[in-house]
Amino acid sequence: MKLESWIRLAVVAGSVGAIELLCRTGVIPNSVMIPPSDMALALASILSSGEMTGDIVSTFTNVALATLITVVLGFVLGQSIHAVPWLRASIEPLLASYYSVPTFMFYPVFIVLFGIGRAPIVAIAVLLAIVAMIMSTLNGLDRIPAVLRKTAHIYRMSRVATALLIELPAAAPYLFTGMKLVVAYAFIGVIASEFILSGSGLGYRIAYAYNNFENGKMYGLMLLVLVSVTLVNSGLNAIDNRLQARRRR
Amino acid sequence: MSVRSEPAGTEAHAEIKAVTRVFELPAGTSLHALGPIDLDLRRGEFFAVVGPSGCGKSTLLDVLAGLAAPTDGKVVFEGKAVAGVPDGVGVVFQEDASFSWLTVEDNVAFGLRRSGLDAAETKRRVDYAIGFMGLKEFAAAYPSQLSGGMRQRVCIARTLVLQPRLILLDEPFAALDQQTRLLMGDELLRLWRETSATVLLITHALDEAAMLSDRVGVMSARPGMFIDVVQTGWERERDSRVVSTPRFGEITARLWEKLRIETMKIMGAADRAPAAAGENS
Repeated sequence: MKLESWIRLAVVAGSVGAIELLCRTGVIPNSVMIPPSDMALALASILSSGEMTGDIVSTFTNVALATLITVVLGFVLGQSIHAVPWLRASIEPLLASYYSVPTFMFYPVFIVLFGIGRAPIVAIAVLLAIVAMIMSTLNGLDRIPAVLRKTAHIYRMSRVATALLIELPAAAPYLFTGMKLVVAYAFIGVIASEFILSGSGLGYRIAYAYNNFENGKMYGLMLLVLVSVTLVNSGLNAIDNRLQARRRR
Repeated sequence: MSVRSEPAGTEAHAEIKAVTRVFELPAGTSLHALGPIDLDLRRGEFFAVVGPSGCGKSTLLDVLAGLAAPTDGKVVFEGKAVAGVPDGVGVVFQEDASFSWLTVEDNVAFGLRRSGLDAAETKRRVDYAIGFMGLKEFAAAYPSQLSGGMRQRVCIARTLVLQPRLILLDEPFAALDQQTRLLMGDELLRLWRETSATVLLITHALDEAAMLSDRVGVMSARPGMFIDVVQTGWERERDSRVVSTPRFGEITARLWEKLRIETMKIMGAADRAPAAAGENS
């Protein structure tokens, strides 16, 4: 492991240790936060009892669905916008300022459109994440060297073959950066939506535990989300590093 | 002025007939980049094109490859007018065109797999091309793990496996150091002899053109036209050692004599040319 990795690990471990100490000595009251070791025990209890397995599956299914829809739709929209320069010139300033809009304020609209259930949750997550994927696609397509498209012409490849066999892999490192953002936004979108418009899922369970002063369950579920996001992100980072290494010249 | 350089009794493999290329620019202006230009490439010859920067050398290659349509005139390859990239043409570009997501082996096999050739024949041709270009040890490597010269060899091998009858090279060694360029030149000559293909090399390096070619076309400043075609007179069995012969010096001197004035035109110093020439003599 590199020195930077050891330092990073030490910072995280030190922070967790400090919180543990502050909680155990009463500097942070138990009504505010429980010690990290108790969070871990609460999480183990939740997982072993199976009482929230349905909620966990529901949340991860929503995240996976939102990610899949966003990646495919974002790539297709990005390709389409890239192919029409005047459209891009018109739309790009709007895309650039997109994240200044608080997307969640539209949740009543989604309930009206999709009703209660999985659909509005996934739709909000897609709405939150889609522009990141579109921008990454545009960025990736911009950075494909012109000589690769010329090479595709020399091979007399069709437009579709060029997109799939040349442009997609050439832009893959940039697309993957977009995918990483999409996963992060999908988690945010799904869990935040479950807080306000769901009767199941981790977001709903965290809100329920909070309202009923069940600190153990609340922090246990928060830890579960934190660990899950970290693991997913680490996996994606490992793939990203391999892609970036191939791109380096 | 354009020079038709087709000696009697030789078969024209590719012909450029009164080709011009004019680019329409924004605000209603246009840029006359090339021609009118005529050139007959003989079957199996090695022809180099030199010219000052921006004279339309690469535009000429694009038109010949079918990557760009001429504004006027026509290009004929193997008796057929060119419209789009014709079958039998391979191009090696100046820029690194290797596919960074594929290994050397997969890069070289790319075109063959697309052509639907059976796996055994594909492997045979790929192995041969990789061996021919000295990349055997790097077959499983990715382009990012190779030097610039090796990546260019991957691109040449990728072109070679398709057995093109006309190979177009657009300053393929421009990014390489002098020693590597000389050695790559030797490999290119070996490839040319092996395949019997017709080769057109675009280059800004007079020594490269003089060393490699049967004939060298000298282009004028924009709009690019041929102002001279120099016969080198080399044997087919030649290599980079010709640079040490007096003939090599004569050829490069003649090329430079023509090119110097054209280059000075671009630099806006054509009026100083006669005085400078007098000082040198």
